[in-house]
Amino acid sequence: MKHAKHLLSSLLMATGLLMSGSSLAVNDMTGGPAVHQLNFQSPVTAIAADIYELHVWMMVICGVIFVAVFGVMFYSILKHRKSVGHKAANFHESTTVEIAWTVVPFIIVILMALPATKTVVAMKDTSNADITIKATGMQWKWGYDYLKGEGEGVAFLSALATPREQVRGEAAKGENYLLEVDHPLVVPVNKKIRIVTTANDVIHAWGVPAFGVKQDAIPGFVRDTWFKAEKIGTYRGNCYELCGKEHAFMPIVVKVVSEQDYATWVVQQKTAMASSSDDPNKTWAVADLAARGEKVYAANCVACHQATGKGVPGAFPALDGSQVVNGMQDGQIAIMLNGKNAMPAWKATLSDTEIAAVITYTRNSWNNKASDNIVQPAEVLAARK
Amino acid sequence: MSTMDHAHGHADDHAHDYHHPHGWRRWLYATNHKDIGTLYLWFSFAMLLTGGVLALGIRAELFMPGLQLFQPEFFNQLTTMHGLIMVFGAIMPAFVGFANWMIPLQIGAADMAFARMNNFSFWLLPPAAILLVTSFLVPGGATAAGWTLYAPLSTQMGIGMDMGIFAMHIMGASSIMGSINIVTTVLNMRAPGMTLMKMPMFAWTWLITAYLLIAVMPVLAGAITMTLTDRHFGTSFFNAAGGGDPVMYQHIFWFFGHPEVYIMILPAFGIVSQIIPAFARKPLFGYESMVYATSSIAILSFIVWAHHMFATGMPVTSQLFFMYATMLIAVPTGVKVFNWIATMWQGSMTFETPMLWAVGFIFVFTMGGFTGLILAITPVDIQLQDTYYVVAHFHYVLVAGSLFALFAGFYYWGPKWTGFMYNETRGKIHFWASLATFNVTFFPMHFLGLAGMPRRYADYAAQFTDFNMIASIGAFGFGLSQVYFLFFVVLPSIRGGEKAADKPWDGAEGLEWTVPSPAPFHTFETPPTFK
Repeated sequence: MKHAKHLLSSLLMATGLLMSGSSLAVNDMTGGPAVHQLNFQSPVTAIAADIYELHVWMMVICGVIFVAVFGVMFYSILKHRKSVGHKAANFHESTTVEIAWTVVPFIIVILMALPATKTVVAMKDTSNADITIKATGMQWKWGYDYLKGEGEGVAFLSALATPREQVRGEAAKGENYLLEVDHPLVVPVNKKIRIVTTANDVIHAWGVPAFGVKQDAIPGFVRDTWFKAEKIGTYRGNCYELCGKEHAFMPIVVKVVSEQDYATWVVQQKTAMASSSDDPNKTWAVADLAARGEKVYAANCVACHQATGKGVPGAFPALDGSQVVNGMQDGQIAIMLNGKNAMPAWKATLSDTEIAAVITYTRNSWNNKASDNIVQPAEVLAARK
Repeated sequence: MSTMDHAHGHADDHAHDYHHPHGWRRWLYATNHKDIGTLYLWFSFAMLLTGGVLALGIRAELFMPGLQLFQPEFFNQLTTMHGLIMVFGAIMPAFVGFANWMIPLQIGAADMAFARMNNFSFWLLPPAAILLVTSFLVPGGATAAGWTLYAPLSTQMGIGMDMGIFAMHIMGASSIMGSINIVTTVLNMRAPGMTLMKMPMFAWTWLITAYLLIAVMPVLAGAITMTLTDRHFGTSFFNAAGGGDPVMYQHIFWFFGHPEVYIMILPAFGIVSQIIPAFARKPLFGYESMVYATSSIAILSFIVWAHHMFATGMPVTSQLFFMYATMLIAVPTGVKVFNWIATMWQGSMTFETPMLWAVGFIFVFTMGGFTGLILAITPVDIQLQDTYYVVAHFHYVLVAGSLFALFAGFYYWGPKWTGFMYNETRGKIHFWASLATFNVTFFPMHFLGLAGMPRRYADYAAQFTDFNMIASIGAFGFGLSQVYFLFFVVLPSIRGGEKAADKPWDGAEGLEWTVPSPAPFHTFETPPTFK
């Protein structure tokens, strides 16, 4: 009922706004879609520019054929009708005509295919890349590992940064709604970047329209694609293969920066990684670990298990009052590491400290007062073996 | 063209009551092709409205950005089930209904070759539909993996997925049996004098479609069975960790899936090929060419499947091959469009409702054909794969294509079925309202796709709002038009109205117009001679 009322008022407001001529005061997104965009996003790579041109060429040919064919058809509809007294002719075949309108379209099709062939071959050539980055699709975020070239060794996760309140309509939508992440991919301008894609669970797809790039990320397999951005800026993309409930909520943001800025960023990343890499042998106090866990929970668990810990009946179990959460540690550690049914395995995505922290958080939150109310990172590390 | 049938038919009704059961037995034990055709048509219309309600749920949620009505996991169930119900519950059974009603009448046969198997083919469908629809109610809900049910996402689904798999097995069996029936009937039971190259185009297109169905439905059965065993019996066909390959699912599925979409359009071509000559009062231009073009399309449909997989990472040579082969299909399809227009050219046309739908079909289906050609270009497809451009394309060819042709056929042959003319003004209202609202719904989706909006998204960036709003408004309008169709056109035309002549359309040709309207329960008990 609340939803229906909400929808009705949204409907009325939206229709009113539409009528008044102003769209919901939304601006074009930098590096993303424009309002009322009618064509491809502005190309930022030579390949994307090629694709843009190919599409123009196709539209021109199709447009000419459309006008010619339907010109003839509508002419016929107007002139060859009984109500204006036109009498029906009796012809019903002509081999010459059949051959003509088989051969001519065949030639047109070849004219379309020739330039396309060049671009297909160019898109497949991932050799001699300056930097190689692995993009791993996970339910529901991306993981980036800089594998080769400047920046080698940098690794991080990149998840949607838009707060859930905006999605639920409880807060106004931000400027980059649904196309912003906490940790964007950064690459230098004018360098050939090879993106190697894979996945941890189901098929995802990594796509950035401004680059003209899209590649499926397939679990257990490795694919690749490449791009060479020619303009500094921020560019946004999406996951383009249905991957479960949060498919719409795992965007991609790539910042193309100057070579100097890139070098600076690499140094920053490496320093941050070194300092924040958690020592799995550290012994934590409950309050500290639970506080850390609360952050992990908000970034990873809240989508299914909800902020109230009550889950979604019939779909995602409640953690508040859960036997697993209140029972033996081993059980909860195992589920966290290995997943169960729709719940992903977190062993590859979260560190020992993060897993220990979020387990500790759940055991001390809501109405849970587990007797075993803390799990140390070392115990999670031990359980991995 | 035996006049004996007329008197014979009426006398038959009374003398042979055991041939003409009444009450619920008439329908449950139906072996009469007309009754079975009617059953299929009502079933498919019910599924159309069901699938339509799901679509309206989708469009209501997508009216504005943000999640207002549904959780995303339920939204994915809506998109999946909308696709499955429309493809397997609405479009395919509707064309089978037309086949049952019209093929025996068009070829001068007394009934289909296997009348009891015909009954079984139909009655498999309601249980399958119940299984499919009630999957919403089980824990975890209906399958939410998209109508294409890709692995390994399909492994994560709950028991609703297994219900969907069994439903599709049952529907597949129904289709295969129906196709065997159609092939046997067409090849063996044509009236003397009716050679294959004198057969009506609708019968031709269904003959070819039936072969396609027999060839590919078992392939789908294979794909979904492997999914079932991966889910429950420890196999790893599509699970990389076990040595399998998720992409293999896509190959198997699309080897079925591509011919499947031609299965859904070839009978539509057949219907349009009957209607245009009738209302242009001129024979179909290039009959032989039309037969060859349809056959070429069917054969080519087997070698283009991987154009659904351009972004999966296949080698360059494969991408090029599938691009060329897919573009090639445009040629025979274009030939058909040109032949239809050549039929209209120099005709003496009138634009009653069937002709409006048929001409509308040519116009809007061709637009869908153009976007298909654009999608065939691999580099362009990489940008448009899994975006709303694809959604626009396939709705143009399936709705403005297949569904419009089905409506055209209803208005054209309906008087033969019911014995009454439909209301012409209301028919025209149905046409224009559907055409307008259809375009309002799906045309903006081309822009959304070009701008990069992905499909199967429960929520979207705010910049996409306006076109989504327009699409949603159009969708509700389109849905309303079909409700109008049911209550203001179909039901009244069954109950009464102007009595239909044997041949209500003066330009129409074919054996079906030599029997009274409504067609008697038994027709052509003696084969007519056909010149």
